[in-house]
Amino acid sequence: MLTKRIIPCLDIRDRKVTKGVKFQNNVVLGDPVELAARYYNDGCDELVFYDITASSENRRIDIEMVREVASAVRIPFAVGGGISGLNDMHDVLFAGAEKVSVNSLAVRKPDIIKEGAKAFGSQCIVLGMDPVRVNKTEQCPSGYEITIRGFREHTGIDAVQWAKQAEDLGAGEIVVNSVDADGTRIGYEIELTRLIAENVGIPVVASGGAGNPQHLVDVFTQAHADAAIIAGMIHTGEYTIRQIKQELALAGVPVRQEW
Amino acid sequence: MIAVIDYKAGNLTSVRLAFETLGLNAEITSSSRKILSADHVVFPGVGAARSAMRTLEQLELVDTIKQVFHNGIPFMGICVGLQILLERSEEDDGVDTIGLIPGMVKLFSPADPFDKVPQIGWNSVALRYSHPVFNGISDNSNFYFVHSYYPMPSDNSDILGQTEYAGATFSSVIARNNLVATQFHPEKSGRIGLQLLDNFSKWNGN
Repeated sequence: MLTKRIIPCLDIRDRKVTKGVKFQNNVVLGDPVELAARYYNDGCDELVFYDITASSENRRIDIEMVREVASAVRIPFAVGGGISGLNDMHDVLFAGAEKVSVNSLAVRKPDIIKEGAKAFGSQCIVLGMDPVRVNKTEQCPSGYEITIRGFREHTGIDAVQWAKQAEDLGAGEIVVNSVDADGTRIGYEIELTRLIAENVGIPVVASGGAGNPQHLVDVFTQAHADAAIIAGMIHTGEYTIRQIKQELALAGVPVRQEW
Repeated sequence: MIAVIDYKAGNLTSVRLAFETLGLNAEITSSSRKILSADHVVFPGVGAARSAMRTLEQLELVDTIKQVFHNGIPFMGICVGLQILLERSEEDDGVDTIGLIPGMVKLFSPADPFDKVPQIGWNSVALRYSHPVFNGISDNSNFYFVHSYYPMPSDNSDILGQTEYAGATFSSVIARNNLVATQFHPEKSGRIGLQLLDNFSKWNGN
């Protein structure tokens, strides 16, 4: 049986892993390669790195870091944030990442999904989206609107319509990061995640709001997420990946327990 | 030397890194001469069936692959490198493939809308018998899969491992003589995947 994936998310600033709430108050948590290796050994199923730029001033992607991570872990990882086009995708993938995640770039230029899928295969192209809850309107019938640039800008685009469009363009997977839940640690946005999962045929990864193992049980069983991103709950040392997986297994959720 | 067949269809970085991790000497090559003189040959999985076949034909590697098999060189296919060893794929409205193993490659068609295509993630492999390439690896271990199509060999004796997804039980490992081929990616399957690649590097093909 296909197992549900647990994916630690590492937000990178100036080559350090950081954690903030709604993109603010970032605290430094450690070295990305060391943390990646630790979570790999703890049994995470994939990893994702965001905004992996060499420095805040020089917004070039830190390819050397991608190489180091690729040497340190033998599981797939994705890189997102700071991807500016096909060249960046190529460099990141050939440095050893399994996937690239596009978010704001895809909103501005949807064809990047098609071009990326054609050049590297759909399985390499992840659409990241940051929807926020809004009143249901004719323009936004799902009640979730896409934001970009780290939640700073509303786009008027409906989240479900965007997910379907991204699938048609050739995205291999969608990461749904709820703006409302992000960093709150009170649980994933079940309704939003389920809505996206019901409306696309490609895998959906839930993101934002995980605070305890029950939150993962809920998003897998109620929202039908294929994978779940976690961050704060393991970065703080409050839970280990093994503990989370044990609780999922007890709740009847299929997870990989030998590694 | 382990030759990793490079058919210019995609990214072989993770295959290269996996062998580096094991301290094994793997050369990524399109040279028929080098491939046929290697001790072990890996045929990795990249791209789609039609474009893979096209580039293999352009590089004149189809016969090389058949010779590797017939010469008894330990030979491992991965993902699309398994699929195109069969006779035909449903991909791109139907593609004739190399045909070393009788059978077809089919598209997942899940009845449950929450069974997504592609299958992405870790799934278990049930072994039908023991094989040197799986030495020290428990039955029903999890490996990393990324695929929309799955192999259906017509001869049951070619099936070494089986996996269930989207209502189908498919052959996730095929083995015949000196050939072993996996639908999953051992190079992305953590310590257990490395164990499998290490076993392969020590296997004499019998």
